Amino acid sequence: MPEALSQEMTAPARAALIDAQGVSLSRDGRRVLDAVDFRVDRGEIVTVVGPNGSGKSTLMQVLIGALKPDAGQILRAPGLRLGYVPQTLHIDATMPMPVGRFLSLPRRHAAVARAAALARVGLEPEVEAQPMSALSGGQFQRVLLARALLMAPDLLVLDEATRGLDQPGTAAFYRIVEDLRRELGCGVVMVSHDLHVVMRASDRVVCLNGHVCCHGTPEIVASAPEYRALFGMGTQGTLALYRHDHDHRHDHDASCAHDIAGGGDA
Amino acid sequence: MLDDFLVRSALAGLGVALAAGPLGCFIVWRRMAYFGDATAHAALLGVALALVLSVSIFAGVLVVALALAFSVTGLSARGYPIDTALGVFAHGGLAVGLVVVSLLPGARVDLMGLLLGDILAVGKGDLAVIWGGAALVTGLLAWRWSALLTATLNADLAEASGIHAPRETLLLTVALAIVVAVALKVVGALLISAMLIVPAATVRPLARSPEAMAMLAASTGAVAALGGIALSYQADTPTGPTIVALATAMFAVVSVLTGRR
Repeated sequence: MPEALSQEMTAPARAALIDAQGVSLSRDGRRVLDAVDFRVDRGEIVTVVGPNGSGKSTLMQVLIGALKPDAGQILRAPGLRLGYVPQTLHIDATMPMPVGRFLSLPRRHAAVARAAALARVGLEPEVEAQPMSALSGGQFQRVLLARALLMAPDLLVLDEATRGLDQPGTAAFYRIVEDLRRELGCGVVMVSHDLHVVMRASDRVVCLNGHVCCHGTPEIVASAPEYRALFGMGTQGTLALYRHDHDHRHDHDASCAHDIAGGGDA
Repeated sequence: MLDDFLVRSALAGLGVALAAGPLGCFIVWRRMAYFGDATAHAALLGVALALVLSVSIFAGVLVVALALAFSVTGLSARGYPIDTALGVFAHGGLAVGLVVVSLLPGARVDLMGLLLGDILAVGKGDLAVIWGGAALVTGLLAWRWSALLTATLNADLAEASGIHAPRETLLLTVALAIVVAVALKVVGALLISAMLIVPAATVRPLARSPEAMAMLAASTGAVAALGGIALSYQADTPTGPTIVALATAMFAVVSVLTGRR
């Protein structure tokens, strides 16, 4: 349980929302996470990339408290509110679930708040009455995001939230996420396969393959040998095309520069 | 009023229907229909146990239903293929229960009553147990409603909101055991899961929210119970099967009218 794992943060250097230290987890005798250090600060977007089976989703489950690590600890900022958007959400056909009701799970929200959350993700208020099963893939993911927003999150956790969306839909989705980060000042951690788009939107990228292979700013990670070994050289050029200037503080770069600690054996 | 056996059976049927309707929705949503069936069948083992140990049948059934539910939940949590295990437990429990009951010296047990229910023989004590159990289950569901719904939808979504999904599953398991224990007298071991599943399945096309579905399922079960008792009294048919047959007829009518399977 999350309560059991979280402790008061002691004198943080910066405002860490969540700080995973030396997290290890085995499943079916396989070490899925191996001494992973991972932190997200307020106001930053951190993206986790890695090949299939590299433990990305498992790490997200550990962060939200759904899985208990075998070793290591998760420090959460006191009273941390999470907004979680899962990779997939299968709603059984036997369960009638209109959008408006879904937005109020598990806690009721006022109609005004629901409408505002829907508007924020670019959906009309009329969507409320529709069953979740009638939504298109893009609408569905936006509703999931709207629900996460209603939690008034300090930290948004997006686990491959754009799976099944086309390129423009994905780009639009991450644009909303970037705007939200600016407006709410929340931290964002996301897992994605959409390397180009995601790297464009991220302040920091963590390349995971059971252990943390490398991490730092998108440029640093993209040029790291460990990253190239996993993803090839191809992304470099595209990344430059998509790259735009962030308004983030540049002390990030300074603090991340040393972070290309070669985790080694990628 | 409670001296009239028809009034007592009507109240017993109502009590079971009101608890089984909403719980049945979760059984349907979570695709636990076979699980409910297995728990109900194994209740016969509980009856046998209760007779051997001379404790109340309610207690015996409750203990066996809980034991089955916990072992199956435990096995499935470890990724054990559950279909086969359920089949073994369900029919094994039913068969061993029937054998043990038949071996008991001097115990004249009404087998038909155990299998198909004996609602017309419900006494005031039974009524108290039925309504007590029904109120407990309904109360549990109402209390944990939102958490149960979230955990049913997606375990990770629930955990991210601070809801411990396995705990909610456990709660449903306990509620199921209670309903099985109180419904045994009313519809019998063979038909208990029908009271859970048929009303929920009947109202699915009519419901536009989970709450509406739960309430409609409870009312449908209540109508089936009262109508079934009346019908069986008129036509001199076994009451439990008549209740379930009526519920199934309602399912058929709603399915045809709404054009859904």
